[in-house]
Amino acid sequence: MDIENLDLYSQLILSLAALVTLTSFIMLAQGRLLRLVFIFALQGFLLVLATAIAAYSFNNPHLYISAAITMALKVLFIPWMLRRHILKLNMHRDVEALSNKTAVMMGGASLVMFSYYVLHPIMQNSSMVLLNALSLSLAVILLGMLLMISHHQAIAHVVGFMSIENGLFFAATVSTSGMPMVVELGIAFDVLVAAVLFGIFFLHINSSIDSLDVDKMNRLNEVDQ
Amino acid sequence: MIPAYLLLILPLLGIVYFALFGHQEDVGRQNTHFNGVTLLLSLWLAINVYVSGTILSTDKYFIVDSFNVYLIVLTAFVGFTTSIFSAPYMAHEKEIGKLTDKRLRLYYSMYQGFMFAMYLVLTTNNMGVMWVAMEAATLATVLLVSLYRTPESIEAAWKYFILCGVGIAQALFGTILLYYAATQFSDAENALMWSVLYENAKLLDPEILEIAFVFMLIGYGTKIGLVPLHNWLPDAHSEGPTPMSAVLSGLLLNDALYAVVRNKMLVDGATDSHIAGYLMMGFGLMSFLVAAFFLHRQKDIKRLFSYSSIEHMGLMTFAFGIGTPFATFAALLHMMVHSLTKSAIFVTVGHAVQISGTQSIEKIRGLIRTQPKVGWGLLIGTLAIAGFPPFGVFTSEFLVLLATMQSYPWLTPFLLLGIGIACAGLFRNIQPMVYGEKPEGQQAVQANLWPVIVHLAIVLWLGLAIPNFLSDWFTQATILISGSAPL
Repeated sequence: MDIENLDLYSQLILSLAALVTLTSFIMLAQGRLLRLVFIFALQGFLLVLATAIAAYSFNNPHLYISAAITMALKVLFIPWMLRRHILKLNMHRDVEALSNKTAVMMGGASLVMFSYYVLHPIMQNSSMVLLNALSLSLAVILLGMLLMISHHQAIAHVVGFMSIENGLFFAATVSTSGMPMVVELGIAFDVLVAAVLFGIFFLHINSSIDSLDVDKMNRLNEVDQ
Repeated sequence: MIPAYLLLILPLLGIVYFALFGHQEDVGRQNTHFNGVTLLLSLWLAINVYVSGTILSTDKYFIVDSFNVYLIVLTAFVGFTTSIFSAPYMAHEKEIGKLTDKRLRLYYSMYQGFMFAMYLVLTTNNMGVMWVAMEAATLATVLLVSLYRTPESIEAAWKYFILCGVGIAQALFGTILLYYAATQFSDAENALMWSVLYENAKLLDPEILEIAFVFMLIGYGTKIGLVPLHNWLPDAHSEGPTPMSAVLSGLLLNDALYAVVRNKMLVDGATDSHIAGYLMMGFGLMSFLVAAFFLHRQKDIKRLFSYSSIEHMGLMTFAFGIGTPFATFAALLHMMVHSLTKSAIFVTVGHAVQISGTQSIEKIRGLIRTQPKVGWGLLIGTLAIAGFPPFGVFTSEFLVLLATMQSYPWLTPFLLLGIGIACAGLFRNIQPMVYGEKPEGQQAVQANLWPVIVHLAIVLWLGLAIPNFLSDWFTQATILISGSAPL
């Protein structure tokens, strides 16, 4: 791919895709919750930039609305809410001991390769920009899952969950310049309700097991006692 | 189209109404009234479709055809009968101090919220909205799973939330890929409309759709409870209030399967490779067999029947995967009889648990001696779900077997094995619970068993003779899904 010959929009989108993926990797290795939430907000902001750039270049006003919703939800509301819970539950000094960071990072790198491997055949007929952006957004989705697997704190799980949503939004923005307005509003509503419910759950979990370490929730299983 | 709109508006009103007035004395009866009216509306809608065929609203946002209308009626019916059961059940839970007024308000409000999400999944023509509604169904039920606020129920709800949330995110990625494939030939507004996509399925890029379907099957498959994505299901079913288990098993799983089948119709139109069918057969058969073995290990009565739900959903997924008209007909019938039987079973299980005060299989004893109606209800329900003639489940399982012999004869032994193992797994646990001496001091509880009697009577009727209008309906739906009529 000849990067110099691409138009400005494609170059910007490609850089943003790379940056979004980078933030996912940083989150993967982050043991401090407040910093994790800050990086998540940063990822949301990159997403807002990408959406606004797409809105500007395609001259598509409804993408501006979608950018505004993302700004309000993913950059402001959810990080604010998570921060408040972390401070309230007095968890901002805890450093989560992440086991086997190297293996997790290597796993993350292989997930990126895997995303390219999955999407390469079907994107042969489309532009290289789209292939890159879509593969990276699939990678962000998978990295979000890896984040949930490698961390034990419920708050980290919520960050992983929401960064999966970020990956989905990025995919929708770059591949199709946004879903139809109804769908986008519906998804934003679901994310909002989910965020509120997560807040309620933090309180419930905390009062039931006296911490937010989800590994301690192991009453229900099929293992013989 | 009017009944369809009313069908959506009424539960929406219900959410607000019960959020405000859900603490009243006779709130259970009011909930029954709400669901009764929606049942009437769904019948009105069904008659419209029966007379005039597929209805597409003028703005194309809603579609009602023979496939989803029967699921709408089924949803409304099970929602109605379960609400009859839930009224005294929840009143009893409040009496023994397990629930407060506030939580009761949440329960009734979200009951309606769940029904709304289900109707939206079924009636919408927009694949994106279908996803949104599916996610909304999770959000509506997640607080109901943790309604009792025990550590177990909170754990189950968290698992349900995270697993289903992440799982269904995959389905959204699949939907985005589908949308991308569709925007190549259609304008952006229509590109997610199922009716438009279905007509132009040949124009969709087959390779993109194949990948998209993998994501959708994983995503919606998490909600169907396909192995190995089923972990949340037994937990959520066993820890929530029993009426919730009944509607989750009877309705939510069906509607998730409905979403998969709708997508499969698009993929089949775009490709000739039958890949969607093979994937569904593989996942379905695996779920069926794994769940059958797990039935033997259960210690909790509600977990036992949750695994039975996984087993039956696996069988349906398998049958839809075979994709011949015959198999599709069998799967549609199985969807209906399974919903009816399973929700009836959960109603009796709910009473059994209230009688003995525990969900542990080892401690529930002598049900028939204590309260014959509940004991016999459980026994007959189990007979029906295990596939004994003359019940409807036998008919549909027999048809699935025949369809398998027709298309993939070498898979028949696996099915027979699974059915046998599942039957043994159910009965080794059920026998000691219903027969035998009753423990000291075990008392009968106030129980309304009409829902069970009606459900099982319909299942029996379907096993003896399927009425003409119903088989017409199934035939039309089969033609829609698989392209030609069975037989």
